[in-house]
Amino acid sequence: MRQPPRYLTFRVYQGVDLSQLNPVQNASPTERRMDIFALTWRLPIIVWQILFFVGPLLFMVAMSFFLVKNYVMQETFVFDNWSKMFSRGYFRDSYFLTLFLATLSTIVASLVAFPASFALAFKVSESTRRWALFLLIIPFFTSYLVRIFAWYVILAESGAINAVLSTIGLRPYTMLNTKFGTIVGYMTLTLPLVVVLQTFSLANVDRNLVQAAHNLGCSPWRTVYTVIIPLAKTGLIVAALFCFILSFGDFVSPYYLGGSKPPTLPILIIDTTKSGQQWPRAAVIAVVMMATLITIAFAAITLAYRKRASR
Amino acid sequence: MRSSSFLSGILRGYTVLMFAFVFAPIAFSVIFSFNSARFPTIPLESFTLHWYQTIWADPDVWEALRNSVIVSLCTSVLATALGFATAYTDYRYNFRFKSAYLALVLLPPTIPLIIMALAMLAWFSKIGASGELWSIIIAHTVLAAPFAMAITRLRLNQMDKDLESAAWNLGASEWRAMREVIIPFCKPALISAAFLTAAVSFDEFAIAWFVSGLNKTVPVLILEIVQGNIDPQVNAIGTLVFMVSITLVVAAQVFFSLRQSKSST
Repeated sequence: MRQPPRYLTFRVYQGVDLSQLNPVQNASPTERRMDIFALTWRLPIIVWQILFFVGPLLFMVAMSFFLVKNYVMQETFVFDNWSKMFSRGYFRDSYFLTLFLATLSTIVASLVAFPASFALAFKVSESTRRWALFLLIIPFFTSYLVRIFAWYVILAESGAINAVLSTIGLRPYTMLNTKFGTIVGYMTLTLPLVVVLQTFSLANVDRNLVQAAHNLGCSPWRTVYTVIIPLAKTGLIVAALFCFILSFGDFVSPYYLGGSKPPTLPILIIDTTKSGQQWPRAAVIAVVMMATLITIAFAAITLAYRKRASR
Repeated sequence: MRSSSFLSGILRGYTVLMFAFVFAPIAFSVIFSFNSARFPTIPLESFTLHWYQTIWADPDVWEALRNSVIVSLCTSVLATALGFATAYTDYRYNFRFKSAYLALVLLPPTIPLIIMALAMLAWFSKIGASGELWSIIIAHTVLAAPFAMAITRLRLNQMDKDLESAAWNLGASEWRAMREVIIPFCKPALISAAFLTAAVSFDEFAIAWFVSGLNKTVPVLILEIVQGNIDPQVNAIGTLVFMVSITLVVAAQVFFSLRQSKSST
């Protein structure tokens, strides 16, 4: 019989070897919370995030109540910015346009990604899948801005696609400054991530259940709808949520490929901040965006984790 | 299921097309960076290194590159250190409000960059720190630390819980166990995290654009060139940026998978 390793004969609690401690001392774990070692690892990020993450965001919310007079920001508490922004037609148009584009982007990305994710999850070998995911992670961390500029050149009136169209005798097709252009840009941003997340959730679907459906005479299409999609639901919704958040907050695609007429909310933030010097009004837009995203994220997560009605 | 092989063929072809879409812009900028035409289109004109010579001779590009290198190096070190500390805390301790703690750490990448940019700009000018290189570094660290945390946390998951206790029982202090057991074990993940966070910082343009002031980084320079007109030197700068970030991300992944194959033996 193997002896257990010597260290296992000691009880270890929260990293402290109890055998070396006075029993009274470790009787109450709450006393142990203030140890320097633990705080060294726990505190830095708390301080950092409060100073440079929570701080800026809260200050931005506060800033939406400030006033700008003679180009100087005054720390007041008035609702002027809010009432001004909400009474402007362009803000409302911009809001619904952004909501529409982000929703469209989410639907397109989810649909375009699904067959590819399905193929990667079910139709290829383990190592091919690993390679595919390896490749898809690269563009996600690779200069999005330069990729959009490349699309700008490809989609332009005299660009590569139209050059090909004209050699086969077709008339140039306007793709820049249209919603099509914007969506191509959004796909560049979101598609790799959506495929990665969808593939993960599909690959985790229990193969036995898929096989069972098949054995019971379920057609492949019906298996996808009634077995695979419901089982992978959480991951699919999370992928869609990330796509929505990324599209909703992106300014590069609607600006360079969509022509920014009318502007989306992120473009409006830039215009208001950079040329208008109206930081408080930009803060109103940002707070409205945050509120929208929080609502949608909450709804999506509720939907993602909702148990299916029992039959 | 006779049609299934036909169907999988279609699915595979579709997947290849989707990859082509994802990588097309990268391939195009590389190709056009060597093309002599002023407006990049098909058919290609002659091969040239003209755009590379242009950017090589441009002091703005060098300045931006210097700024970018400083920012990503500092961000990488800071974010990896913070990410590691947080991952270790999550691995070892249970405490009240732990889920709030984790949310605080992991949320930044889910906030739209443009909102973070505005918030950072306002906050930094409030505390009198805007327009400095280190304001970009601070903001990028907030953004990149969660990635470092996730990578290190995955590595810690693979560690035998008893390893650390064994070190204590053999008389090592917590600090010494950290230095001689935990950190060596996490080393591949830490290297991987350092590369990935450097890539995140090297490519980030929204926050850098808002808070940088006159200290432009490379993506901010690109943003400003692109706002003017179509300038093929962007393809040359872009190709260099691609090379740097792809190298960083691939290096991160190589170290990340290195640790997996090691642990499985």
